Amino acid sequence: MADLSMEIAGLKLKNPVMVASGTFGHGEEYSELIDLRKLGAIVTKSITVSPREGNPPPRIVETPAGMLNSIGLENDGLKKFIEEHLPFLAKFKTPVIANIAGETQKEFEELASTLSKERQVKALEVNISCPNVEHGGMQFGCSPVGTEEVVRAVRAATDMPLIVKLSPNVTDITEIAKKAKDSGADVISLINTVMGMAIDAETRRPRINRIVAGLSGPAIKPIALRMVWQVAQSIKLPVIGIGGIMNARDALEFFIAGASAVQIGTANFVDTQASIKTIEGINEYLDRKGIKDIKGLIGTLNK
Amino acid sequence: MHSDLKYGKMNLMIQEKARIVEHQQIAPNYYKLTLLSHYISSNTLPGQFIEIRVCDFTVCPLLRRPFSIHGTNKDKKTIEILYEVVGLGTEVLTKHQIGQELDILGPLGNGFTIKKKGKIAILVSGGMGVAPLKALAEHIKAPARYVFMGCKKMDQVVCEKDFSKLGFEVQVATENGSAGKKGLVTDILNGFIDSAQPSELNEINIYACGPKAMLKAVSEIAQQKKLNCQISMEAYMACGIGACKGCAVKTTKGMKMVCKDGPVFPAQEIIWPI
Repeated sequence: MADLSMEIAGLKLKNPVMVASGTFGHGEEYSELIDLRKLGAIVTKSITVSPREGNPPPRIVETPAGMLNSIGLENDGLKKFIEEHLPFLAKFKTPVIANIAGETQKEFEELASTLSKERQVKALEVNISCPNVEHGGMQFGCSPVGTEEVVRAVRAATDMPLIVKLSPNVTDITEIAKKAKDSGADVISLINTVMGMAIDAETRRPRINRIVAGLSGPAIKPIALRMVWQVAQSIKLPVIGIGGIMNARDALEFFIAGASAVQIGTANFVDTQASIKTIEGINEYLDRKGIKDIKGLIGTLNK
Repeated sequence: MHSDLKYGKMNLMIQEKARIVEHQQIAPNYYKLTLLSHYISSNTLPGQFIEIRVCDFTVCPLLRRPFSIHGTNKDKKTIEILYEVVGLGTEVLTKHQIGQELDILGPLGNGFTIKKKGKIAILVSGGMGVAPLKALAEHIKAPARYVFMGCKKMDQVVCEKDFSKLGFEVQVATENGSAGKKGLVTDILNGFIDSAQPSELNEINIYACGPKAMLKAVSEIAQQKKLNCQISMEAYMACGIGACKGCAVKTTKGMKMVCKDGPVFPAQEIIWPI
């Protein structure tokens, strides 16, 4: 048994495998199928100040080796998260990372300060990278100015480990990552979905109601890996790798590229056991390679 | 409420490998798949579905595909899936042979609520919509039982005998007139309702499954005549368990998920078009 424990900006994890925001709800549904206590952390579905109904259907469609989604941050809102979902999640003793999505700087502040008072929340992940909303989301994360605005506001409102989740839909990911760091981020997580589109040629209609949507799944893994590599090279902050990780082998690539942890997203839909199998597979790999500690694998690309 | 069989969600879902015990083409593009599943065969309610990972060694196709449960056999511990080849996922599924295993997740969703009140049960299917309705038919005890089946053409008319054996009167409509009446299944439904006595209308319970346009038409008929009607919806799905919020449908009670809140909904709750 290799040592899989990890500490990222004060956030203590028994292993570095988390489930990604938006792919795991608030854990209720998956708790019937997997042991949530085995996960490194649970990143909640994005929480907004007010409840959101989300985008009109159709919201998802499969594309080669991936899927497009345009959910539009459907969620019950901050109040209900604290009253109903958080107490449920707290039962499992697995660190809860609250993913927050504001439409404005002020909303981000409110989300951060309110959730920081909750003992069960161990870190915040700031969503400035959702491609599927009118206001907020990627609008912030696609410019250094927007990134700074939000990250500074959240930093001022919380002492918790602050993870900033970046969008790949930018010209230079390292520029945004640097700005996030300079504005007070403790950790960078990336990538959110890649903007994409699908059309039904028979009807000439878009497959997704909002036409443009976010691509996830194995199709985006090479993009994610490249960006994790670039960010890990360019700034001295821990990086969480996300994007198309289906199994341990995929996850290991991210550690080698410089990630300190990974998040499993779309794979949860394909195999409810994907996160657990990933943890087991990482362990087997480390044992086989004679590596005693996962930390010894981070950023070890042989060039 | 009467003592309706409220088939809400009361059984836990599982993910397991299920062996294929039968797999045959029953019509052009239509297949019947029988899987061995001790748990699901005895813990399924009519109208529930499973998600099948049609190929587990590649990422294309990627997502699980949802399939209504067509029937269960508690003695043989099997479940039956009836499906139509509509794309890559179902095309890949046809390649699987007897003896192979499939990764399945289920039972999922909420089934039909079988109404105790009402002497007339009408099942309305369009195309592959017969799939869950056969499972439902086995549970219906109303004295007068009808199945109105709508299909594009004759070779898509399946399961007639299954319904007849269960004491259902089967009426068929095909779009090209190659079997039954030429026209739409809603023509049959309208004809039935028009010739019914006013007192009989109160006795009717409609259970429908099929393409959206058909479900919309059936819902409108039911609403006009104030008939009790449940419809089973179809949607692109990812997780199948209510986590991803992908399979949304607009309802009078807000946005609902076809996978978790449905797939069966009271017809009057759906806001068309969807």
